[in-house]
Amino acid sequence: MSRTFLGMPGTAPPGVGHLRGAEPFPAAARRGLADPQLRRNLGHATTTIRAKSGAVIGELPDWQALREAGSAIKTDVLTRLPELLEQLEAAVTAAGGVVHWAADAVEANRIVTELVAATGSDRVIKVKSMATQEIGLNEALDAAGITAVETDLAELIVQLGEDRPSHILVPAIHRNRAEIREIFLRAMPGVDPSLTDDPPALAAAARRFLRETFLTTRVAISGANFAVAETGTLAVVESEGNGRMCLTLPETLITVMGVEKVVPTWRDLEVFLQLLPRASTGERMNPYTSMWTGVTTGDGPQAFHLVLLDNGRSAVLADEVGRQALHCIRCSACLNVCPVYERVGGHAYGSVYPGPIGAVLSPQLTGVEDNASLPYASTLCGACYDACPVKINIPELLVHLRDRAPHPRAETAAMAAAAYVMDRPALYAAAQRAARLSRFAGRRGRGLPPPLSGWTIGRDLPQPPARTFREWWAQR
Amino acid sequence: MSGREEVLARLRAARGAVPPASAETPRDYRPAGRAADLDLLVDRLTDYRATVHRCAEPEVAEVVDAVLGGRRIVVPRELPRRWLPASVTAVADDDLSTAQVAAVDGVVTAAAVAVAETGTIVLDGGPDQGRRLITLLPDVHVCVLRSEQVVAGVPDAVARLDPRRPLTWISGPSATSDIELNRVEGVHGPRNLHVVLLAPDAR
Ligand code: SF4
Repeated sequence: MSRTFLGMPGTAPPGVGHLRGAEPFPAAARRGLADPQLRRNLGHATTTIRAKSGAVIGELPDWQALREAGSAIKTDVLTRLPELLEQLEAAVTAAGGVVHWAADAVEANRIVTELVAATGSDRVIKVKSMATQEIGLNEALDAAGITAVETDLAELIVQLGEDRPSHILVPAIHRNRAEIREIFLRAMPGVDPSLTDDPPALAAAARRFLRETFLTTRVAISGANFAVAETGTLAVVESEGNGRMCLTLPETLITVMGVEKVVPTWRDLEVFLQLLPRASTGERMNPYTSMWTGVTTGDGPQAFHLVLLDNGRSAVLADEVGRQALHCIRCSACLNVCPVYERVGGHAYGSVYPGPIGAVLSPQLTGVEDNASLPYASTLCGACYDACPVKINIPELLVHLRDRAPHPRAETAAMAAAAYVMDRPALYAAAQRAARLSRFAGRRGRGLPPPLSGWTIGRDLPQPPARTFREWWAQR
Repeated sequence: MSGREEVLARLRAARGAVPPASAETPRDYRPAGRAADLDLLVDRLTDYRATVHRCAEPEVAEVVDAVLGGRRIVVPRELPRRWLPASVTAVADDDLSTAQVAAVDGVVTAAAVAVAETGTIVLDGGPDQGRRLITLLPDVHVCVLRSEQVVAGVPDAVARLDPRRPLTWISGPSATSDIELNRVEGVHGPRNLHVVLLAPDAR
């Protein structure tokens, strides 16, 4: 593994964490498609969020300029990543924090486990973090006899339901209120048996359930949305206040952060704090954002550890086309607009990163051979590119990764699945055939009527003809 | 090789040649410096279920009385005492224990900045705002805002704030979007947020 090639970009190691599914996308997708309740829940939720997000984005006359700035800042970050991380380390250290570096999931899990063990606590509270899910931290802590309590409502629903997350932002998006009520009644200790499925009642049940745990746990683990190299400031964006609880009440705070989350300057947050809430939850601003720089005497945790995680990110960075996947601010807008995601659900992608971003990020983090069918889990309709607040050209990346995918059989199999996904097997297959032909002929699908022209142009030309496909999609 | 050297070496190898000069970030979005619209702030706060009270400074105690009269509250050490009515039992936060703070009904603080466009108030832990936990555990938060603390947009707030202080950006009461992606108020943070917006000084 990594030790063999010291200092060379490395992929995320197998056997630890959650970046690889148990089965390829086509097989997993079929299970999602066979679940009508799942599809109804997803359809309802993504329709709601698209409307909300569209409305608040429409309020900003400078949305496109903000996207442009966000994209440029992230491009700059990737060209200066080592220097920015050293600057961040110096600033955090100067403010009383301790910085650790983890080449992969195994090292990160070891570092965090040792830090928790050193406090003597056998329980930690956690605020939802993609990075710690990615590395399988909860399992590693469990193996060391440490209980990790997820405090985010959706994570709690997943944990109590002995389920897996299916969305970046709303891991329990596949559950509706009636199902959530059933899970609480079945698995939440001390729950009021007369609990209704009214969302405020469900939220209040979670509040009661976690209150004592918040007040008595001495160690918290978080992720980070942003880290400012210039000042050493960390930021966590959240809604419920569980993040504030974790970041404020315990004596020790351990933050695990992918190296790409660093931004150069304090001022850069003025861009991302406008982009993220509107793109993700469709709010002008999320209820709570916490920012802290090292340790503040007399206020909050008096011990702060920052773990900087590579785990395959250097391998992504090494691909000049692929590296734009590291711009991602995990808003999940691309999931919410994706016709494939809406139909198969997040579990089908196998990784903690589902949907369009997962289809381009997971294979790069693990090496394409380990997630070979994911680059085909898309129709290349381009809706994700339009929705992305930092302008990641996901269709371009998908095409790029298909070129790198090791086995043509994977393409055939996955295409069959995607066709099934789209409920238009004949149409889709025709589009794929035409696309292949047109690639040889250099005709870019000319002569095909919409929607086929959408697919074919999309496949050939990374600049996607989004409108055609989506207009067609909207009318179906 | 230590973890640090390993990660840095990997990233250096991966990043390849550094472009000669990184281009200046295009910042064509609306910059800081627009005039703040107080009515917009009120509209945004109300939209996210915060309760807004507009009054003159001498009337703050009446508002606090209406919201928290008869209750036990915690206050930051340097909160102006004239804001507190006789009807509340106020405990100053002199390093109270977590349990003590969790046991009170409400909290009254000042603020550092507010953003009109997003309906956000920002606390920076100043002496009239206190430690972060006192605005987290009580169920009712009354936040008194001076009109000159209101700025137009996020860039104005970022320019005014000091990142070296612990910052809490608050937009409405605690909420979640985790149930069918609808915003539901009231999870772990205060379920009731009252913003008292003071009229501009007559001076
Ligand atoms: S790829 Fe873009 S749209 Fe998708 S989650 Fe990341 S930032 Fe959001």
